[in-house]
Amino acid sequence: MKPILTITKRELTGYFASPVAFVFIVIFLMLSGFFTFMVGGFFERGQASLESFFAWHPWLYLFLVPAVGMRMWSEERRLGTLELLLTMPVTPWQAILGKFFAAWLVVALALGLTFPIWLTVNYLGNPDNGIILAGYLGSFLMGGAYLSITAMTSAMTRNQVVAFIVSVVLSLFLILAGYPPVTNLLTAWASPLLVDAIAAFSVMTHFESIQKGVIDSRDILYFLSVIVFSLFTTGVIVRTHRAG
Amino acid sequence: MIQVRNLKKTFGPKVAVGGVTFKVEKGEVLGFLGPNGAGKSTTMRMITGFIPPTGGEAIIGGFNIVEHPIEAKRLMGYLPENAPSYADMTVAGFLGFAAELRGLSGSAKKKAVDRAVEMCFLENVLHQSVETLSKGYRHRTCFAQSIIHDPEVLILDEPTDGLDPNQKHEVRTLIRKMGQSKAIIFSTHILEEVEAVCSRAIIIDRGVIVANGTPAELKARSPQAGAITLRLSGGEPTGGVKAVRSKIESLSAVEQVNVISDSPLTLRVFARKNNASAELAAALSDLASKERWQITELHAEEGRLDEVFRNITLPDTKSGGKENQ
Ligand SMILES: Nc1ncnc2c1ncn2[C@@H]1O[C@H](COP(=O)(O)OP(=O)(O)OP(=O)(O)O)[C@@H](O)[C@H]1O
Ligand SMILES: [Mg+2]
Repeated sequence: MKPILTITKRELTGYFASPVAFVFIVIFLMLSGFFTFMVGGFFERGQASLESFFAWHPWLYLFLVPAVGMRMWSEERRLGTLELLLTMPVTPWQAILGKFFAAWLVVALALGLTFPIWLTVNYLGNPDNGIILAGYLGSFLMGGAYLSITAMTSAMTRNQVVAFIVSVVLSLFLILAGYPPVTNLLTAWASPLLVDAIAAFSVMTHFESIQKGVIDSRDILYFLSVIVFSLFTTGVIVRTHRAG
Repeated sequence: MIQVRNLKKTFGPKVAVGGVTFKVEKGEVLGFLGPNGAGKSTTMRMITGFIPPTGGEAIIGGFNIVEHPIEAKRLMGYLPENAPSYADMTVAGFLGFAAELRGLSGSAKKKAVDRAVEMCFLENVLHQSVETLSKGYRHRTCFAQSIIHDPEVLILDEPTDGLDPNQKHEVRTLIRKMGQSKAIIFSTHILEEVEAVCSRAIIIDRGVIVANGTPAELKARSPQAGAITLRLSGGEPTGGVKAVRSKIESLSAVEQVNVISDSPLTLRVFARKNNASAELAAALSDLASKERWQITELHAEEGRLDEVFRNITLPDTKSGGKENQ
């Protein structure tokens, strides 16, 4: 447990010593403000909810989360510090979790800093704060899922750009599998059962259902299993592909 | 302390390390020599558990590095080749991180960091970020990391690479001192370092050990070893160089005489038998006093490590080595 904490701490100093964390947080806040108020029609809707705020998160995260996570392992490989880290008395697991938690904390911090939006809706009306809380939880879990995918791609290469692109593509896949325009298209060709089965793999499906305020254990389980699966694969990659 | 048995590593079809076996006890400093690409770093990476071996095993203080990696790694300090470190940390932050991963905290951690900083002369750069350090300081920072927990086993891959002459000297002194109580393996391309620091040296070439012995034993393998160098002063000795040479050649102990320089006349005399340099020196000085030659210098050659190194490893390098991909 202690090594995980030590590694998380080191990663956080890394994030805040470089502009990565600041840039991520500032851009995330600016874009979520822009999409919520300008594009999402927050005021025009005339309802006290954060639906228009959360609706953009799958798309915002698509680019921003891989940007945060891409350095996770690629940088270690490029600098050669992977050799240092893996010859310390820590298990690959501890290193993987320590790094993952640090990046997830950065995402959580950015998400937490959107609280003025929450204050605004509460000032303007009487929203259902339970639904909003569920929205935050869903968004946090979705960020973790994207991040775990980025951890996996980052472990494969010493090149951060490659890690970024591959994880954007993989995450996009997870979005599109349950994105209504795509699923509608699919129903023309495949049986609805198959389409539903594919959509069950999508972050969209699960994120939307959490956002409605029903915290179904299946949705939580979905995000957690994406994280566990991706981190497990990260472990396999790190262990088998150490040098080079 | 360190036991390596038939350790092998292949990368695809390429054999990087082809089965090396050796032992290092506490109180020993083992020098690891070999041409570029010989497999020194690869061997060290397997011993420290960074890459899994294709075959064989490495046992550190009784713990197999593959089966009990954490216990084995606890006993070891490691300075990887090129001395990597986290560029975005300060020296103090980096050493603190290393100490914490080694299980130190609180005042023990502070003490460990202070000690390593003092031993590696890092006081001046303690709060500087690693990426702004000069190469030598970065190297020293990574070296400090390897000794932070005062490990029983130290694996150092080219620890003096990139250091200035003063620092090289300091690091050698440090390694020699630590070698009295630890088991140390270090690789180097500087042969004087081997003589200055090592209690034993291994020469590895194309992934196999081609020589293993004390520096003196290795030097004795030089063709020059045991030969006597003789220098005479004054004017032309009677009969000239030729006469001197033939007189020496007529001694029964002498195998061969090479003239190194004409004035002052310097000769290298090779003995007929091995390990007979004392006998040969006595015969030469007898001859000189009989002939009234003025000897200014008479000493037995120790043999030179660089010569031995070349003799052992050159044929392979000539035939292309393994860096021919
Ligand atoms: N990850 C890798 N993939 C493929 N080949 C490798 C890898 N790592 C090392 N090698 C090969 O293994 C051989 C031994 O390399 P190694 O780094 O151990 O040499 P070395 O003795 O440390 O050389 P140097 O003196 O240059 O540091 C080389 O031929 C090298 O090309
Ligand atoms: Mg090397």
